[in-house]
Amino acid sequence: MLSRTADSLFWLGRYIERAGNIARGMQVALRMASLTHGVARRDSAWRALLIASGCEPGFQATGAPPTQDAVVRYLAADPANPSSILSCIDAARRNARAVRTAVTVDMWEAVNDTWSEARRSTAATFAPDNLPAFLDWVKGRTILFNGAYGDAMLRHEAWRFVRLGTMMERADNTARVLDVHHHALADAQEDGAVAYVQWQAILRSVSAVRAFHHVYHARLEPRLIAELLILRPELPRSVVACYARIEETLDGIAAAHGGRRGECHRLVGEMHARLRFGRIEDIMAGGLHDFLTATIDRNLELGRQIQDFYLQA
Amino acid sequence: MTKTTPAFDEMAADGLVRGPYAEIARWLAATPAAALERRRQEAELLFKRIGITFAVYGEGGDPERLIPFDIIPRILARAEWEALSRGLTQRVRALNLFLLDVYGAQEIIRAGRIPAALVRQNEAFRPEMAGFVPPGGVYTHIAGIDVVRTDPDNFWVLEDNCRTPSGVSYMLEGREAMLRLFPDLCGAHRVAPVGHYPEELLETLKSVAPPNCRTVPRVAILTPGSYNSAYYEHCFLADEMGIEVVEGPDLFVEDEVVYMRTTTGSQRVDVIYRRIDDDYLDPEVFRPESVLGVPGLMAAYKAGNVSLANAPGAGIADDKAVYPYVPEMIRFYLGEEPLLANVPTYLCERDEDRAYVLDHLDELVVKLTHGSGGYGMLVGPHSTAEQRADFAARIRAKPAEYIAQPTLALSTVPTLVEKGIAPRHVDLRPFVLCGKEVRVVPGGLTRVALREGSLVVNSSQGGGTKDTWVLEDDPADIAAPQGQGQTQC
Repeated sequence: MLSRTADSLFWLGRYIERAGNIARGMQVALRMASLTHGVARRDSAWRALLIASGCEPGFQATGAPPTQDAVVRYLAADPANPSSILSCIDAARRNARAVRTAVTVDMWEAVNDTWSEARRSTAATFAPDNLPAFLDWVKGRTILFNGAYGDAMLRHEAWRFVRLGTMMERADNTARVLDVHHHALADAQEDGAVAYVQWQAILRSVSAVRAFHHVYHARLEPRLIAELLILRPELPRSVVACYARIEETLDGIAAAHGGRRGECHRLVGEMHARLRFGRIEDIMAGGLHDFLTATIDRNLELGRQIQDFYLQA
Repeated sequence: MTKTTPAFDEMAADGLVRGPYAEIARWLAATPAAALERRRQEAELLFKRIGITFAVYGEGGDPERLIPFDIIPRILARAEWEALSRGLTQRVRALNLFLLDVYGAQEIIRAGRIPAALVRQNEAFRPEMAGFVPPGGVYTHIAGIDVVRTDPDNFWVLEDNCRTPSGVSYMLEGREAMLRLFPDLCGAHRVAPVGHYPEELLETLKSVAPPNCRTVPRVAILTPGSYNSAYYEHCFLADEMGIEVVEGPDLFVEDEVVYMRTTTGSQRVDVIYRRIDDDYLDPEVFRPESVLGVPGLMAAYKAGNVSLANAPGAGIADDKAVYPYVPEMIRFYLGEEPLLANVPTYLCERDEDRAYVLDHLDELVVKLTHGSGGYGMLVGPHSTAEQRADFAARIRAKPAEYIAQPTLALSTVPTLVEKGIAPRHVDLRPFVLCGKEVRVVPGGLTRVALREGSLVVNSSQGGGTKDTWVLEDDPADIAAPQGQGQTQC
């Protein structure tokens, strides 16, 4: 496969996943904002989302205060924000269009229809009354896309690169969502109710509230939340679950290429092993924030190595 | 077409329906207008979903446009097609022999059958190709010959496209759409298939593998990228042939061998079906600022390590100023009389011709010698005095840049328009493949001018397309059926 094709497939997977993650994050921030009282706290939910999505520096550059209206506009629709939902959809479609021959008709239609529909959005689409429906729609479209390639794509190289993109983005997102709330998980809380809302928010961001109860049959507790999102392989959005998929996928590509391996394969193996055999007690003792920051950095490095080995060969 | 001259309608004339259209006439008569309109919308949705677009940049609005598809097919009987096909084969053989000659011994010039200056000083002439013989001696492997029709017996060649003719994807997708939307109607005809075009194309490309290729040739299609108007087609063809669609930066040349960058390392490429212009192919030989091309490509080509289709320099054969000499080429190289007629053409560069053109601007079609896509064109009978004055000034200033032809009464085919079914002017671009042998897939791209009376069929100028059916039999004419659905206007 052409390196450029692999690159486009990888980013197609990443951008679709990112659009979905931003939408989930916005749903949670909306909910938190409506549950908390006082403007300062409401805005802090939106600020947290800006940080978790890596959009804070870009937003600050606009000079606007982080009010709900301004953040919603920036995260949902701003063409100047490369990670806004509309920008992600645009970028996904651009990548899909660049590799029409490598994607299935179903995938193309999932992306192309999403894009045509998104282009019809107006300021009203993002108004408070309409925003929840828009976010549901985005989530639905990303699930449709993931289903279209997960179900109907030949298990060959093209599928592996899309999946690699999805999983890299997903691992990064889960780590960031946790990290932005690490205070709520680590510190002794001044206000129990606020902390509880934050804990719920973390779980909701990765659609894991019910999963938590199924796994633990217990009240929400920081240690368990961190364990679920980092170390439990049965949660599809946990960091370890994403790394299992990334390792499997990179191994699959290497096997199809007659065993050709590089630094990305070593790195993913090391990272996956660390997560697979890691204990939450050790992570909490060493500092959750440090652990998550290191994970995010290593994920970035893995992305660079994949880029060097396959995508810009 | 001026309204005073009735054009030849390919379906009906004088209360009779021409044989190939007998079933279509019955179908149109039996189908209510609303049902046709519904099917038209279904077709549009189908094309939109597949994403078949044609990119038009620099005009504002949506750059990715859908070319309107008309659901009423354009039909040719077997005998009509066979005659046309023989003429096309003859023409493309002569065009290739001409190319081999002008980049070789230039016998046609020495024999005085074409002016030397017209060839050697033409910007489409590539001195870099002089003395080089491409594999199989073929220059134009994929040619699109635009033909128009004025009556039951006469097809005229309007222009040749020997460089990178596009539109074949519309031929293929149009057929797919018809089979999906109208299985019964298709089944009621014996329509010659076109679906094997990509296989024929791949065979053609493989048959011109370079002399140094000792394996099964690896073929790739070279595109300028996703902003090119025909990008959809490049991907479509690559997909159908199971080959890679590459951009310049995907390729590199090492020791005069072309490789593509892949996830498994570099892979040698043997044949490149290039869809980028000569000027951008290789910055070391042509335009140095080109980022679309591949440095060293021409050296690899000349070393016999890669084949390029179509060959650089093929454009000299389809130049509009060279066009009037094609019948002469056929006589010179093949010793045959041309089977397909040329449209009489006035070269504004010649004093006599220019005087005639300037006197008859209201009757003629004036075109840019090096233009394409229907841009920069004057259709005399439809022009205003102001437009004619403007063209007259331009012709006087740069006569070599203009040619003129009489306005032909292009044939019409019933077309579904807002008011119902109405005759609209059409042309036809069949695709001729030339490798070890010449192959013509039965059919081509029928373009239709959707505006009433318009003669300009280019998609950039409001033209649409129709599926082109070549029948495997020759049905007899019938009396015109009466019905509810047909609203001739």
